Amino acid sequence: MGYFKDIFNGGLSLIEGMGVTARRLFRPLVTVQYPRKKIPLSSAYRGHIELKIFGESGTHKCIVCLNCEKTCPSGVIRVQGEKLKEKGPKTLTSYVIDFSRCSLCGLCVEICPTSTLKYSREYELVGETWADCKIDLLARLARQVEEMEAEKKTQGIAA
Amino acid sequence: MDELEKIEGNERVYSLNLGPQHPSTHGVLRILLDLDGEYIVKADPVIGYGHRGHEKMGENRQYKQFLPNTSRMDYLSGMLYNHGFVLAVEKLAGIKVPERAKYIRVIASELNRISSHLLWFGTYLLDLGGITPFLYAFDDREQILDILDAISGSRLTYSYCRFGGVSRDVDMKFIEMTRAFLKRMEARWVDYEDLVTKNVIFIHRTRDVGVISLELARQYGVTGPNLRACGVAFDVRRSEPYEVYDRFDFEIPTGSKGDALDRYVVRFREMQQSCRIIDQALEHLPEGEIMTPKVPQKLSPPKGEVYTAFESARGLTAYYLVSDGSPGPYRCHIRVPSFGNLNVLNDVLPGTLVADAIAILGSVDLVIPEIDR
Ligand code: SF4
Ligand code: SF4
Repeated sequence: MGYFKDIFNGGLSLIEGMGVTARRLFRPLVTVQYPRKKIPLSSAYRGHIELKIFGESGTHKCIVCLNCEKTCPSGVIRVQGEKLKEKGPKTLTSYVIDFSRCSLCGLCVEICPTSTLKYSREYELVGETWADCKIDLLARLARQVEEMEAEKKTQGIAA
Repeated sequence: MDELEKIEGNERVYSLNLGPQHPSTHGVLRILLDLDGEYIVKADPVIGYGHRGHEKMGENRQYKQFLPNTSRMDYLSGMLYNHGFVLAVEKLAGIKVPERAKYIRVIASELNRISSHLLWFGTYLLDLGGITPFLYAFDDREQILDILDAISGSRLTYSYCRFGGVSRDVDMKFIEMTRAFLKRMEARWVDYEDLVTKNVIFIHRTRDVGVISLELARQYGVTGPNLRACGVAFDVRRSEPYEVYDRFDFEIPTGSKGDALDRYVVRFREMQQSCRIIDQALEHLPEGEIMTPKVPQKLSPPKGEVYTAFESARGLTAYYLVSDGSPGPYRCHIRVPSFGNLNVLNDVLPGTLVADAIAILGSVDLVIPEIDR
């Protein structure tokens, strides 16, 4: 007798569970068709680091103090600079990160004395080899500056 | 399934490898089971597959450089581990933390606890064969991840707390999002109760399965929801309140038998209690600084040692740090709850059906990388 009662009760609670599922049928979808539709990134999003462009100089402010390189727990950053001017700081000649090892901890961004590092908003990164994960930040900066200028030009024409 | 048959006396004992790549072990766990027909006669967990040497790494770097590691031991409660580590270092170096930062940490930690329990809730029912709750739980968890993403910039590996505060302030949007989440969950608890807690099939599947007796729990150092399911209201947040937990009004849910159903109910009610804590913390969130000024970049605490325990989603977790006055710890040891929670299975599994092994394994909520660390 208990056996059939169990089956009956089990069936009842199944139906109750189905009720929850049925109610859900009439709620809006929660999934997003990713490549066609994208969700806005949060403002705090931490992508790989990049050099900031400062408006007044149109470039970065790195003084090659190597603080970021020394503080990085994973040895991601390689900074090289040259002494071009007699006085003052060195000039940055190469800034390469190996993103495959970066833990996105943010220590480098926090320690930089000139605040010239920031997180990029890049998340669609694909690489087939280890070398693809190496990112040259100076080249990236040059590209960004070019894009900005091109944009300015088109805006100027439009205006 | 290797090593087919062993003959022991007259008995035919069959050795079965559960894992290391079994979908329900959530990490790389291997359990050697000796079977007599359908019954388990011996269970022997093998750990160490995910060893990355986090403790050793901690000893070879500065204190703050260990922050990213903390969320990678237990990847489901990264915020809690992160929180615990800064607590330990702050105690060691005698750093004061502003009130606002304390509240923010508590809110973030409790959100993380709910997200961890929600993931367990979903995957446990998936292990038992129910797909629907898994999808619902992940939908809810996604809301938490969005909230934590908005303040820390990362979805799982937060690295959000800093010695003497937190790295980013919260804004009105965060408070609104969290309030909306709490409101949403009120309706969801009812759904989950209808869908799972009251389900007769689920109750029959878990009741009296995998009973951990209180004595056994004590022997193996089982903590967290698994211990509370045996009827002991032990929670570090209550017994040694850290941060501002002593200011909140919350209950510590307990079970009575220590079976899988009790463990489920305890975790389920814990999520509701966490919601209560968040609600109160949001209510009393003070204005002010989020960082103590003048914490040196290269922190060198005075000689000494510190042991700080906190309640992670899985139980009592603790950092033991020894400083020799240099910028990195001389010894960095982490006490993880899953180690005790796993090894108790040595005594719990024998005598049960092999089909129950997954139901038991899932119910103790293991995260293997924190055992291996
Ligand atoms: S975010 Fe952390 S790991 Fe990545 S480059 Fe900066 S310091 Fe190194
Ligand atoms: S810390 Fe800043 S200024 Fe110094 S080398 Fe790095 S990026 Fe340049």
